[in-house]
Amino acid sequence: MSTGLLFALVGAALFPLGAAGLLLQRHLLRRILAFNLMGSGAFLVLVGLAQRQDVPDPVPQAMVLTGIVVAVAATALALALTRRLHALTGRLELPEAAHD
Amino acid sequence: MKRFGIGGAALLLALALGYAMLELGPARLDLRPAVAAHLADSGVRHPVTAVLLNYRGYDTLLEVAVLLLALFAILAVTPPGPARRPAPADPLLQMLARLAVPLMLVASFYLLWAGAFRPGGAFQAGAVLAAALVLLHLTGQLPGWPTPGALLRGGLAAGLLVFLGVAAALLIEGSLLQYPPAWAGRLILLIEFCLTGSLGLILAGLFLFLCQAEGERR
Repeated sequence: MSTGLLFALVGAALFPLGAAGLLLQRHLLRRILAFNLMGSGAFLVLVGLAQRQDVPDPVPQAMVLTGIVVAVAATALALALTRRLHALTGRLELPEAAHD
Repeated sequence: MKRFGIGGAALLLALALGYAMLELGPARLDLRPAVAAHLADSGVRHPVTAVLLNYRGYDTLLEVAVLLLALFAILAVTPPGPARRPAPADPLLQMLARLAVPLMLVASFYLLWAGAFRPGGAFQAGAVLAAALVLLHLTGQLPGWPTPGALLRGGLAAGLLVFLGVAAALLIEGSLLQYPPAWAGRLILLIEFCLTGSLGLILAGLFLFLCQAEGERR
């Protein structure tokens, strides 16, 4: 098994882990972390599958680089919104849906 | 019950993804020869930088716009307050930060320059620049940023504006962001230089604008 394939397999394990965390956790910080875990899984799959052969493919690498920066921006925005929610309501959870 | 359902579904998804990857054949479409064939015309010698700033310059342009947009949204949701300065850290830490920051500036410039021929480039250099600013803030030597003034706004937007300017200027050549090979290297360096400064400020701003809101509760 090549290193690239190992990366991709770890990514394939991280993505569902993050997805389950996103659905199961109520605390917003944990949700943001779970969301980032999903993103990291996707990046690992892209980078890992791109270097299965001897020479890595630069196109997915450049895309992952773009993706990481966008993920950082999205995380910062999510944290800002979480913080505002905390300042306004004193809670770090979203209100429950009525039918839940 | 819900826990087991979601956990089981996630496990199944992981197994299915893993199986698909183990069974995956070689890529049907190989872009590596295409990237290598045009590398000489791209103005840089590193394939990832060539993809980022030349072949797929669109992506990078929009990515910077997304970053700036996230920063605007953060500025919109955090109410302005007085500039906060964290309590000054241990003098030893302050000294270390003062020693580290010039080195980080040098490292940032090196990363920017190295992007043309080895891993590196504007984003990595901007991240180091932002880390230097955050380090200064955490050791109490740089106050958090209140509402940005004209100078800071200019700095935040400069990268995107220069990038857009180059893209628009190249429209006379026929298409957006298609550099003439003779000028590609210089144009990419100009864009990367402005991007590094703006990205450093934007990434640091994500932290320094956000930490302002702390004082607002009580």
